[in-house]
Amino acid sequence: MKNEAPHGPERRGFRHRLRELRVTLWTLIVPPSVWAVHFLFCYLWVAVSCAKLGAFPRFTTAFVIGTLVAEAIIVASGWIAWVQTHTPGDPAPHDQGTDIDRLRFLAVSTLLLAGLSFVAVIFTAVPALMLTDCR
Amino acid sequence: MSLHAQDDPALRAAQEERLRAVWKPPTGWFFRWTDTNNNQVGVWYTLTAFGFMLFAGVLAMIMRAQLAVPENDLVSPATFNQLFTLHGSMMMFLFAVPMFEAVSIILLPQLLGARDLPFPRLSAFGYWSFLIGGVFVTGSIFFNVAPDGGWFMYPPFTTRTDLSGLGADIWMLGLSFIEVSSVAAAVELIVGVLKCRPPGMRLNLMPLYAWYILVVAVMILFAFPPLIAGDVLFEMERLLGWPFFDQAKGGDPILWQHLFWIFGHPEVYIVFLPSIALFAMIVPTFARRHLLGYPWIVLAAVGTAFLSFGLWVHHMFTTGLPKISLAFFSAASEAVAIPTGIQIFAFIATLWAGRVVWSTPLLYVTGSLAIFVIGGLTGVMVAIAPFDWQAHDTYFIVAHLHYVLIGGTLIPLFGGLYYYWPLITGKKLSDRMGRTAFWFLFAGANLTFFPMHFSGLLGMPRRVFTYPAELGIGGLNLASTIGSWVFAAGVAIVCVDLALSPRRSKSPRNPWEAGTLEWLAHPDDEDWGIRSVPLIESRYPIWDQKDFVKKVDEGRFFLPDAEEGRRETIVTSVLDARPVQVVRLGGPSIKPMLTAIALGSVFILTTYHLYWAALVGAVVTLGMILLWLWTGTAEIPEKDCKPIGHGIELPLYISGASASGWWAMFITMMADATAFSGLVFGYYFFWTRHEHFPPSGVGLDGPGAFWPMVALAVSLAGWLMTIGARETNKRGMVGAARALLALGAVASLAAIGAGLAGPWLSGLAPKLHVYPAIVWTLVIWTTAHAGVGAIMQLYTLARSVAGKMTPKYDADVRNITVYQHFMALTAVVTYATIGLFPGAA
Repeated sequence: MKNEAPHGPERRGFRHRLRELRVTLWTLIVPPSVWAVHFLFCYLWVAVSCAKLGAFPRFTTAFVIGTLVAEAIIVASGWIAWVQTHTPGDPAPHDQGTDIDRLRFLAVSTLLLAGLSFVAVIFTAVPALMLTDCR
Repeated sequence: MSLHAQDDPALRAAQEERLRAVWKPPTGWFFRWTDTNNNQVGVWYTLTAFGFMLFAGVLAMIMRAQLAVPENDLVSPATFNQLFTLHGSMMMFLFAVPMFEAVSIILLPQLLGARDLPFPRLSAFGYWSFLIGGVFVTGSIFFNVAPDGGWFMYPPFTTRTDLSGLGADIWMLGLSFIEVSSVAAAVELIVGVLKCRPPGMRLNLMPLYAWYILVVAVMILFAFPPLIAGDVLFEMERLLGWPFFDQAKGGDPILWQHLFWIFGHPEVYIVFLPSIALFAMIVPTFARRHLLGYPWIVLAAVGTAFLSFGLWVHHMFTTGLPKISLAFFSAASEAVAIPTGIQIFAFIATLWAGRVVWSTPLLYVTGSLAIFVIGGLTGVMVAIAPFDWQAHDTYFIVAHLHYVLIGGTLIPLFGGLYYYWPLITGKKLSDRMGRTAFWFLFAGANLTFFPMHFSGLLGMPRRVFTYPAELGIGGLNLASTIGSWVFAAGVAIVCVDLALSPRRSKSPRNPWEAGTLEWLAHPDDEDWGIRSVPLIESRYPIWDQKDFVKKVDEGRFFLPDAEEGRRETIVTSVLDARPVQVVRLGGPSIKPMLTAIALGSVFILTTYHLYWAALVGAVVTLGMILLWLWTGTAEIPEKDCKPIGHGIELPLYISGASASGWWAMFITMMADATAFSGLVFGYYFFWTRHEHFPPSGVGLDGPGAFWPMVALAVSLAGWLMTIGARETNKRGMVGAARALLALGAVASLAAIGAGLAGPWLSGLAPKLHVYPAIVWTLVIWTTAHAGVGAIMQLYTLARSVAGKMTPKYDADVRNITVYQHFMALTAVVTYATIGLFPGAA
């Protein structure tokens, strides 16, 4: 837990509270679900704009904010998962049938999914930077 | 049952005698087919799917023979159309998906140390549906009426009855029926993985196969329903003339492509991930170590599942959608390579870090990975839209998809066959024949499909029955045909190997010295599944837990007995597998088979336009389902709890969110809601396609806002009354609960009338234009659900009156409340869409 050393006691308390958060299969799929919502939002936004208006407004505030919010949620869930992967207690390699190892497993998986989702959201956003019309 | 008691051999023998009696399969030439035990049903399922695979393979051989030389006339163009359509449809719907379900039905209980899956009769129903639907679709080719529109059945050629015959109906209705069985299997497998794990098998100790099964079953739940919605629209157009895909009347064939590929692309991963799941079992066994990167594999499975739903438009790059839309899907198609690559690297790393035993199954694994990677790389190529515009609908795509499916599904399944054959039969297959077959398959696949990349780039289109010599692709095609014979020889060697198996002697128990639970199976296997349900402390308990096999065999773990003469298994909690219930399982019964026959008759009779007979079949199906539920579910046990050993007592009846039945209802309704969202997507899709939507004119104006709002209010009243019935019943006010159920049923029935009144009274004419057609479809879907809701409410009322549901034993009312939640959501979306959206638009 070397990266916790510089922080004060309140900070440790906060991290401690994060580790107490209930982690389930539903929290595991938060990052990819955010990707899915963002993807659907982009697709529908463009499809409806092109069909109904014949053009889509580039860099609307909604698009920029939507993408930033999506990435923020993914980063937040990844960070919570990162803190949880550092729950002290059981020895490595953390593949035992204990509460802490189960938490660490779900946390690592959530963290990895957050990484993948973060990249995937960027992938989705890039075309809107490059392409400008509905052709 | 203390530890001490199990020391007594006489007690153990008595327990085994009781277990044997309870799990005794039915006998007799007919009644043996009424068995519901997973190890029987799973084997039938696997053999049937294998048979369909061989049949579809023969169709491919005929096609390759036709294409061996230019201008060949071995088969007519019409026959050729039927051959490739049936080949693709069978391999997808009758082999790849059912094979995954079949193998999982066999393996999953063994992997989870359960006696059976939670709903064995549902598995049997799924099997019989699959068999009937499969024979119906397959048999059509012998009458020259097989479907001939390609495996994706693109309208408008397939919806115009003057251009396509009975084959399109056979495809649509026969395969819809099989989709029902796939969703049934998905429900069974999800509940199995989440609720039937052995005590102690927390999520992080679950075999990776189970993780993949969970992910794939959830994917089925979201992928198949859009196709079912598409099938509904498709058949409405073919049978009733409602113009969903008819451009002249405001329809659009592109809608079908959307609905088909929202199913069709996840489908690729639905058939690929289970094979990767087999790798995840085979690789650690022969690397002699734990799989490296367990959470990375879970990431890969879950990540692939999500991303695979963002890829469907890459099958539609040439349909003229805006480039920016294509770019989104192209980006997601590239992103999916990340998780796919991760799992392959995890396997390579495990082999690298382990002490590899070069067995036959491992040979298949490595060989198929090589083939799959080639298919994956061409996949990355065609995910780039400009490249796809060149390669679309050419043999390059045929090469790509066969590399993916042969490397990602077929050869892994052969590897799995060699690995798991000893588990099923107690006998190993021949290593020599297995390796010979492998090299035939490997060489054959490459020789068949690698030249197709070039014939495609040289301009050979897909689905053509012949080609001119001047195109200069004769040599490439001849090579492909020769390769197909080499491949077929490999399959034939496997079949011979299987046929010789009965003459071979039994192999020792756990012949591969694997570490996972399924290898507890004994060569002279008993039908009870597992002698006692173990406490799990490791991912590889046979390797890591001391005296594990002995303790299981001597009944020293949980539930070593069947005192009450009932088939039972343990239900545990989702995250940590804490035991919560002993669930009584359905035994052999003829009802699943009869229900499947009745439901099959509905689909088959509709194909031949025998609507009254089909209606009779539907009524019989409903009656069978009610009889099945009434006699076989939510049974009140003779006592509240029973001991399972080690001082633990578990209830025999639970209801609500920890019960398997509640989960099954929830999961089924997720699939139902997904199908519904496909129809709603249709409505808004048509809105984007028209300048004025809804249109106006005679037969086009409606349904107004009044009746939809009445229908919505009445539907919500029925929902609230059901919730009220649940709450009053829980508090012991049985009379009030019954009154609320009766009133709820009245409200549901009134909602049917009010729902239909909108389009009916405004005279919406569904044959005229797509707008009235889609409004009618949404209303019919919603009112049909209200009708089912009324039947459920009346059923629950009858259960209460008959004393089969009480304040304490209230699973029925809790489960129908879940249905009503979804019903309320459906009503809100439908009536807001048809009643309020026209005003807003």
